[in-house]
Amino acid sequence: MATRKAPATPNISADELKTYYHDMLLIRRFEEKAGQLYGMGLIGGFCHLYIGQEAVVVGLEAAAEEGDKRVTSYRDHGHMLACGMNPDGVMAELTGREGGYSKGKGGSMHMFSKEKNFYGGHGIVGAQVPIGAGLAFADKYLGNDRVTFTYFGDGAANQGQVYESFNMAALWKLPVIFVIENNQYAMGTSQKRSTSSPEIFKRGEPYGIPGEMVDGMDVLAVKAAGEKAIAHCRAGDGPYILEVKTYRYRGHSMSDPAKYRTREEVQKMRTEKDPIDHVRDLLVSGGHATEDDLKEIDKSIKSIVNQSAEFAKESPEPGVDELWTDIYADVAPQDEDA
Amino acid sequence: MPTEILMPALSPTMEEGTLSKWLVKEGDTVASGDILAEIETDKATMEFEAVDEGVVGKILIEAGTEGVKVNTPIAVMLEEGESADDIGKTSEAPAAKDEAPKAEAEKAPAKAAAPVEVKSKASPDWPEGTEMKSQTVREALRDAMSEEMRKDENVYLMGEEVAEYQGAYKVSQGMLDEFGPKRVVDTPITEHGFTGIAVGAAFGGLKPIVEFMTFNFAMQAIDQIINSAAKTLYMSGGQMGAPMVFRGPNGAAARVGAQHSQDYAAWYAQIPGLKVVMPYSAADYKGLMKTAINDPNPVIFLENEILYGRSFDVPVIDDFMIPFGKARIWKEGKDVTIVSFGIGMQYALEAAEKLAEEGIDAEVIDLRTIRPLDYDTVLASVMKTNRCVTVEEGFPVGSIGNHLSAVIMERAFDYLDAPVINCTGKDVPMPYAANLEKLALVTTEEVIAAVKKVTYR
Repeated sequence: MATRKAPATPNISADELKTYYHDMLLIRRFEEKAGQLYGMGLIGGFCHLYIGQEAVVVGLEAAAEEGDKRVTSYRDHGHMLACGMNPDGVMAELTGREGGYSKGKGGSMHMFSKEKNFYGGHGIVGAQVPIGAGLAFADKYLGNDRVTFTYFGDGAANQGQVYESFNMAALWKLPVIFVIENNQYAMGTSQKRSTSSPEIFKRGEPYGIPGEMVDGMDVLAVKAAGEKAIAHCRAGDGPYILEVKTYRYRGHSMSDPAKYRTREEVQKMRTEKDPIDHVRDLLVSGGHATEDDLKEIDKSIKSIVNQSAEFAKESPEPGVDELWTDIYADVAPQDEDA
Repeated sequence: MPTEILMPALSPTMEEGTLSKWLVKEGDTVASGDILAEIETDKATMEFEAVDEGVVGKILIEAGTEGVKVNTPIAVMLEEGESADDIGKTSEAPAAKDEAPKAEAEKAPAKAAAPVEVKSKASPDWPEGTEMKSQTVREALRDAMSEEMRKDENVYLMGEEVAEYQGAYKVSQGMLDEFGPKRVVDTPITEHGFTGIAVGAAFGGLKPIVEFMTFNFAMQAIDQIINSAAKTLYMSGGQMGAPMVFRGPNGAAARVGAQHSQDYAAWYAQIPGLKVVMPYSAADYKGLMKTAINDPNPVIFLENEILYGRSFDVPVIDDFMIPFGKARIWKEGKDVTIVSFGIGMQYALEAAEKLAEEGIDAEVIDLRTIRPLDYDTVLASVMKTNRCVTVEEGFPVGSIGNHLSAVIMERAFDYLDAPVINCTGKDVPMPYAANLEKLALVTTEEVIAAVKKVTYR
């Protein structure tokens, strides 16, 4: 990743920067809280934190419009918060409670919001990629000009169905943006050890899909790239690939000791590239906000996150009847007394 | 010596065809490779070439003749120096490139035999006196899809060769012309990908019908079917699901070997969130396909290549639909209950007919839908007959028959006078050799033997 350029942000308003700061910090604090709740045994199973990657979703959501869709993998909490889903509902899903987005039946990896056009939350690496192309297929079929953000990682980029999707998305000019969140590790396998060509954004070239690499630690760069990709899709020119270079500070999941990389490597990213510090610097050095202003934002976020944790603890476990609902959209499940 | 040219078998399941057109006439000299005729099979119109040079001595089957059985002599070729007068002294020499499949067709497995006419005595799905017309399963499927596509703009068909080729098995014939390429979508050969795209399209508000050229190829896509389509409604707490139909031929066709011959009924039947349909008659294909398209859940619709060309009476009713979860009693009986579905019904009905001649009165139940399954009809019948034999082409371990046996044991144990017997395909990959393939499938004789065993005859 290139060293960050000096801030050149004449067109960015103070409010906009503050929004990005707020949204990214919300994700970080939310994830830290989720980590705590996991440690306390309130969250079970797999829990994949988004800490370090916040600029990716916040930058792209800043470029999105009402009605645009998004779908991602199991590392999905950040995406949900960034598209406006309620932190209470997300946290309560993590704790498996009635107040969760899926009434506690999906968990960390499987959450959805029809209202916010968030189509999951998919636990099978790469499976969300054709689904994202399919959402775009539906939009094109229905004749609207919406686009779908289809997020996946550098690990998923080695799944065959990704390229099946590239082929059909290009063939049918589907309005889908393939966002490759390259955090450089597919679970414990570095990109170097798993990927024959490091420039994943070029993998659309044989299909005629334009792609570019984006500094995923710079929310403004992500937003700008997102705007370009969206314009391409809305113009009816088909799919677009953004390879967003980012970094996850935490392990792959809560149970990952992350022995495959050094402490120093992580520390270096945190101190030199942190996406939140970056915006903080822009705000302060540009005279857009004082330390006190930022403290206010921090405080309000702390309150939102604490509230979500309280809600997630207080919300009851789903009623036992929920075991048997939502299996079919119309009828009772298969004769269970058989 | 004059040589007979025989009607060729031009597909694995072809039993007869239409001789649409002769491209030669009597007296013409032909060379090897010349096209002699056009033959329409149940799948396509094929050109038929001469293998050897010679003179067309006599045309035996006129152009336009329908229902010409495989291996029927259609013309006689003369060698140099022979005249039409020599006809009658014909040899059985190979006459066409398709000689090999033809020979195999002569030894076709028992399942290629004509279906038994057994009228349902149970309340049918249409009122008495309803006008009926004879239709093939293939036509019934096409009509069902087309009718629903006319009603709902958001229903579309996608799959390999569904549009310009008119369907690999001709099921979607004519649909591209009527609905255009937006709604009848040819896909690349990429099952995993296009299935995922269809699931996404269903999430996004459309009602896709996904045709798999065969369900064997759906194994490439089974993660999307099960993990994405079947489970999302539950995982989203009821917010969104995948209203869509996955359809295509399932089970053994004929002589296509292990990778193309598998019955997936039991696989999909295991999955909560899916509905699974496997009809036998054309009326059921039609009524159940229309129900499948209107169902708000993902539906697995298991068809059968051998049945595509079979004709059955189909009621002439606007919007003829058959509800899921309702079995059909094809024949009432008092001595034993035979439960089957899909092409298994052919063995069940044949067996019932032969057993009747021996004084055993079998009740024959067609499940039609595997999930939801009509346990009540099966149990009521077993409580009446006290004996049960199940029939399916799938593998024996974890079969639908196994499941039914367990349910009958749990809920009707005291009514049983004999253990339930499951007649299934054998526990082997499907062999290619004609004799072995026949042995690998379930047979009518096995069904008869099982019935005799449970009735202690």
